[in-house]
Amino acid sequence: MLSDADRIFTNLYGVHDWGLAGAQARGDWDGTAAILARGPEAIVEEMKASGLRGRGGAGFPTGMKWSFMPKQESERPHYLVVNADESEPGTCKDRDIIRHDPHKLVEGCLIASFAMRAHACYIYIRGEFYNEARNLQTAIDEAYAAGLIGKNACGSGWDFDLYLHRGAGAYICGEETALLESLEGKKGMPRLKPPFPAAVGLYGCPTTVNNVESIAVAPTILRRGAAWFSALGRPKNSGTKLFCISGHVNKPCNVEEELGIPLHELIDTYAGGVRGGWDNLLAVIPGGASVPVLPKSICDTVLMDFDSLRDVKSGLGTAAVIVMDKSTDIIRAIARLSQFYKHESCGQCTPCREGTGWMMRVMYRLVQGRAEPDEIDTLEQVTRQVEGHTICALGDAAAWPIQGLIRHFRPVIEERIATYKSGRVARPLPLAAE
Amino acid sequence: MAKVTVDGIVVEVPNGSNVLQACEAAGKEIPRFCYHERLSVAGNCRMCLVEIEKTPPKPFASCAYPVADGMVVHTDSPMVRKARRGVMEFLLINHPLDCPICDQGGECDLQDQSIGYGGDHSRYTENKRAVKDKNLGPLVKTVMTRCIQCTRCIRFAAEIAGVEDLGATARGETMEVGTYVEKALTSELSGNLIDICPVGALTSKPYAFVARSWELKKTDGIDVLDAVGANIRIDSRGPEVLRILPRLNEDVNEEWLADKSRFSVDGLKRRRLDSCWVRRDGKLQKATWGEAFDVIAGKLRGLGGGRIGAVTGNLVDAESMLALKDLFAALGSENLDCRQDGAATDVARRDFYTFNTSIAGIEDADALLLIGSNPRHEAPLINARIRKRTLAGKFPVAAIGPAADVTYAAEWLGESPSLLAALTDGTHAFAKVLQGAKKPMVIVGQGALARPDGVSVLAAAWKLAEAVGALLPDWHGFNVLHTAASRVGALDLHILPGPNGKALPAMLGGGVDLLWLLGADEFDAAKIGATTFVVYQGHHGDRGAARADVILPGAAYTEKNGTYVNTEGRVQRSVLAVYPPGEAREDWKILRAFSEHVGHKLPYDTIEALRARLEQANPVFARVDILPRFGISDTAGPAGGGAALTTAPFVPAVQNYYQTDPISRASPTMAECTAALRPALATAAE
Repeated sequence: MLSDADRIFTNLYGVHDWGLAGAQARGDWDGTAAILARGPEAIVEEMKASGLRGRGGAGFPTGMKWSFMPKQESERPHYLVVNADESEPGTCKDRDIIRHDPHKLVEGCLIASFAMRAHACYIYIRGEFYNEARNLQTAIDEAYAAGLIGKNACGSGWDFDLYLHRGAGAYICGEETALLESLEGKKGMPRLKPPFPAAVGLYGCPTTVNNVESIAVAPTILRRGAAWFSALGRPKNSGTKLFCISGHVNKPCNVEEELGIPLHELIDTYAGGVRGGWDNLLAVIPGGASVPVLPKSICDTVLMDFDSLRDVKSGLGTAAVIVMDKSTDIIRAIARLSQFYKHESCGQCTPCREGTGWMMRVMYRLVQGRAEPDEIDTLEQVTRQVEGHTICALGDAAAWPIQGLIRHFRPVIEERIATYKSGRVARPLPLAAE
Repeated sequence: MAKVTVDGIVVEVPNGSNVLQACEAAGKEIPRFCYHERLSVAGNCRMCLVEIEKTPPKPFASCAYPVADGMVVHTDSPMVRKARRGVMEFLLINHPLDCPICDQGGECDLQDQSIGYGGDHSRYTENKRAVKDKNLGPLVKTVMTRCIQCTRCIRFAAEIAGVEDLGATARGETMEVGTYVEKALTSELSGNLIDICPVGALTSKPYAFVARSWELKKTDGIDVLDAVGANIRIDSRGPEVLRILPRLNEDVNEEWLADKSRFSVDGLKRRRLDSCWVRRDGKLQKATWGEAFDVIAGKLRGLGGGRIGAVTGNLVDAESMLALKDLFAALGSENLDCRQDGAATDVARRDFYTFNTSIAGIEDADALLLIGSNPRHEAPLINARIRKRTLAGKFPVAAIGPAADVTYAAEWLGESPSLLAALTDGTHAFAKVLQGAKKPMVIVGQGALARPDGVSVLAAAWKLAEAVGALLPDWHGFNVLHTAASRVGALDLHILPGPNGKALPAMLGGGVDLLWLLGADEFDAAKIGATTFVVYQGHHGDRGAARADVILPGAAYTEKNGTYVNTEGRVQRSVLAVYPPGEAREDWKILRAFSEHVGHKLPYDTIEALRARLEQANPVFARVDILPRFGISDTAGPAGGGAALTTAPFVPAVQNYYQTDPISRASPTMAECTAALRPALATAAE
């Protein structure tokens, strides 16, 4: 269990003052100028050494991402864009950072921008986060007023401007290039890669897009040192991470823990255990809606980090742990996710535009059992035809939950079909979420 | 150059190419829907997937993947085939199975590629999507359920046509292409949307359910409804021309065609002159060729050469004009004119009346001044070329004339010819821009020349071009933009009054006793003297025919083998697609027959002989399709003289783009466009 001394987000639950005075009391903005004085290269090297992997879901090493930016400023300015369009179902970590600890993010923006030689940073925040945007704007204003950002930020000689931009609430705008399109005022549709944003990003200039959590942990890592951070967690999966535990647990919560904590321990320690006890567990989606579901047998032993979850053909994603007990209609739960992806597909490229609707319709028939057994295989093939054939990862995200369902719960689907054929149709359970 | 191996074939392609181009260079056909060479890359159809070695094990969209040296590409591996089959299945699940009643049938990309990658049956058992059709005006028909959201049309409208009319609304499988608020497309290039749509979502409204593509005979022709000389394909069935499509010519029209040229085709069947008519007792009555010739010959008897005259129209081929000139020379007349609009010309040198930069040369220019011209209406394809150049960047455009929306940013300096002097002596701000340019261009429109002081405008425009450095040994930046397809050919053949001859104004009002109109409809026929005997030789019962005393039915441009010279001075030949209707004949044959009738037999019996005579009259006619570009060493300009420059503002030469000639005036489609779109265009210009 992570000791309190090693926690980065010390006001995760909002019990303390989120304003500048409170943040400074908790150690934020302490010696920022000294960190900047180390110079961009040293900061990037420190971040690389810390082993921090991007907290937005893909787990790409953050320091390496920062190092992709051009080392010299040309006539094209550099930009840092912070992705606060947190829309992955089950995920609510960035939201709590922004509303309870906004100065961690603001300070991180300054340091990261400096490290990437960007004089301007945009935070693209999800439109529904109204109160969060208000808190964050207040924090930005406080930082400007205190001279922490703006001209000669923190007295470092570096000019830095921070802008908050509210989105309109589209899931696809959380995809980094769609986010850039939306930020430029266009329809949020992912761009083709290459060129990657580090070469051609916002307004055609070198840009790095980072998750809120990745940026917010950077100041603490630089203050306490890469060695401290990399000592936490497991090799290649170092540091602490915010876990969002929701679903059929006694106490749903957000909690910061070391990467590599066993799932069972995570749920029992912080979320008060599964409703009705661990044996009542049916399945867990370990990383937000887009990663494949894991049955109890795997949940018993799996560790919560990028590589361990990848080894069981799932993923850490955003570390949004969605717990489902045995009262859950697992087919219906996954069908609801399919509906989500069908609704949020941008419609740009063929496999996702056409495939998400197809998958959703078959899934809802499977909920009733109104299908032929061989349609399970057809559905599986359709998910393979979408996966990896699209411009962005939304196609993959739509395919994986269904692949996970078929991989682990095929007998349930077959039974449902058989029941329907027999005429003894089960009464569907009403679900609050629909 | 990058060396790329495609299925074992090593090709070298320029750096910056994409993998799809490399595959094409290796002779591998890559299926595609959204990719189009002339549009930006969207990469959204996912049909062009290929496998690239040393990349993550998944297929990549070749249209959007840049080549790298040493790349190894597989276009036909099991992974690629499987991926393309998957994409094709997705495209087809919501595509209606209405190929038998779809106008795209037989020339549909989706149909063709589903042969290669489609399954034998559908695994999709859900309901299919249906999308409400959009009304895009009188030219483009939509069946939006067939749309595969490739966004080619959106990109064409925004990039090539320069009108932000189309876009996609909603997202996911409910994404629809449309105009959001229902309105007609306001582009003169909207017909090209039909060509670039890979499926039957956008088809031709006038051509709907008319024919199947495989029933059509395809003939190579040249468009004559403006002076661009766009290369066209004339599709006919039996005696009818059913549609006109563009033909690829990178130097002229690329692969586009303007709407008037494409959709005036129904005008070829209406108001046609299909037999001879002779005015008897004040009324036109049908006659035979013999009777008609007798009447004209009777009139000619006793008339000296000075009392007869001829005017050639805007759509006439060079062969007929030369035959007419030869006939009138034999009759002793020098009263010839091709300038119905009275435009000033100077035929002392060819570069005084042609578009010397050439259309493709626009892409090399780096500054442009338009004088009394709105190319959007006078030559939409040249306008598209100018827009293409502006998109490439660093291309300041200014214009003298009434402000109009030309689809790219242009600085409207004013409407008065007095600006020419200010630009020539360098006092105007834009003169600095032109002087600073390495290859500046000046385009003089007919609106600037067809006015009493036109000769002075021409001379002043040349001086301006010289002053700003547009006339260089390796660059000729002086351009005259014509609106009449026949004009440059006529000037090449000197269809102009001889030393003692009369120009058109002098022939009117009783200046001649017999006036021969060869397809001439674009002047006020009421000004012809009441006692003048008028012969109208042409194909449409338009203004000229209404005034005529004898009508000789001729052939429209789709019905004859003709030579046309476009505004650049490019000589091009059109091939007969269908025969002229009824008694109508090819125009040069009519003149040849009549010459024999009056005892002045013209010395050619075949088109080849006539063409030999054409080359003899002016050697430029020997150089078909090829246009060498010249710089200029002798910068002496047109003579000028005549009326001094006035302050009267320039007026555009084309008032209604959709109806400029007998064919488009006879076309119901063009009438519909006039009704539907002119108000919109007028408002847009304001």
